[in-house]
Amino acid sequence: MIGLTHYLIVSAILFSIGLVGVLRRRNLLMLFFATEVMLNAVNIAFAAISHYYNDLTGQMFAFFVIAIAASEVAVGLGILIVLYKKNGSIDLDDLVSMKG
Amino acid sequence: MENFLAQITTIEGFAFYLFSALTIVLFWITVMSKNVLYAMTALASGMVLISGFFFILGADFLGVVQLIVYVGAVMALYSFAMMFFDATRNIKENNTNSAIVFVLGGLSALALVLIFAAPIHNESIQALYPMHEGVGNAQDVGIILFTKYLIPFEVAAVMLLVAMIAGIILAGKKMDNSLTESMDEDVEDEIMKRKDLK
Repeated sequence: MIGLTHYLIVSAILFSIGLVGVLRRRNLLMLFFATEVMLNAVNIAFAAISHYYNDLTGQMFAFFVIAIAASEVAVGLGILIVLYKKNGSIDLDDLVSMKG
Repeated sequence: MENFLAQITTIEGFAFYLFSALTIVLFWITVMSKNVLYAMTALASGMVLISGFFFILGADFLGVVQLIVYVGAVMALYSFAMMFFDATRNIKENNTNSAIVFVLGGLSALALVLIFAAPIHNESIQALYPMHEGVGNAQDVGIILFTKYLIPFEVAAVMLLVAMIAGIILAGKKMDNSLTESMDEDVEDEIMKRKDLK
C-alpha cells in the first residue's frame, strides 16, 4: 500500500528539482518554468495530505495555489514582454543596471 | 525489496511509481534543458502526469482543474510568450553549474519540506472539513468552496481580474498602431490604384 510518506518524498524531490532550477537558471522564461515545477510539487503534497487525512482543506489550498500560479503567469509574462521590448534580452545578467 | 515488489504489483502502486519516475525525469529535463521548446514540452507532459497523481488520490476535480488550467491555459500562455522570443535556438546562459547550487538547493528544499511536514506527523491532527461518504468529489469540493471558503474564493476572483488587466496593459503597450489598420490602408491604396487605372 502506498502511504503518505511516498507522496511526500516524491513532492520533496520535485520541489528540490525546482529549487535547483531557480538557483541555476539565468534566463527569465526558464526561471518561470522552475517556479511552476515548485508549485506543482507543493500541490501533490496538498492533495496527498488531503487524501490520507480525509480532509478537503488540502484540496482547497491546491485550488488557490493554481489560481495564484495562473495570475503569476499572466502578470509575469506581461513584464517579460515589456523587458524584452526595452532591453532585447530576458537574461538576468543583462538586467544588472547598478554598478558595484 | 519484497515490500517494493508487493507494492508495484498493485494497480495503485504501479501507477504511483510510474508517474513519479516519469515526472521526476520530465521536470529534470525542464530544469536542465538548454532549449525552451524542449523545456516547455517536458513541463506540459509533467503536469499531465501530476494530474494523474490527483486522480489516484481521489481528488478528481483538482485533477480536471490541473488539466484545464495548467496544461490548457498556462502552457498556452507560455507558448504564446515563447513566440515573442527566439525559441528554436539554444539559449545562452552562463549557468552556475557548481556543486554548491545542487547541495544548497537540495538542503534548503529538504529543510522546507521538514518544516512543513513535521506538524503532519502529530497524532492529535483532525480533519477540519471531512469528506462525506457516498458524495462525489466535485460535489464535496463545491459545498466546502462555496460555504467555508467563499471569501477567499471571491478574493481569488478579484486577483485574477487584476492579473488579467495587468497582463493586458503590460503586454498591450504600443499596440495602438495595429497591424490590421495598416493592412486596411494598404488595401485602400490598392483599391485607389485600380480606380486610377480605370
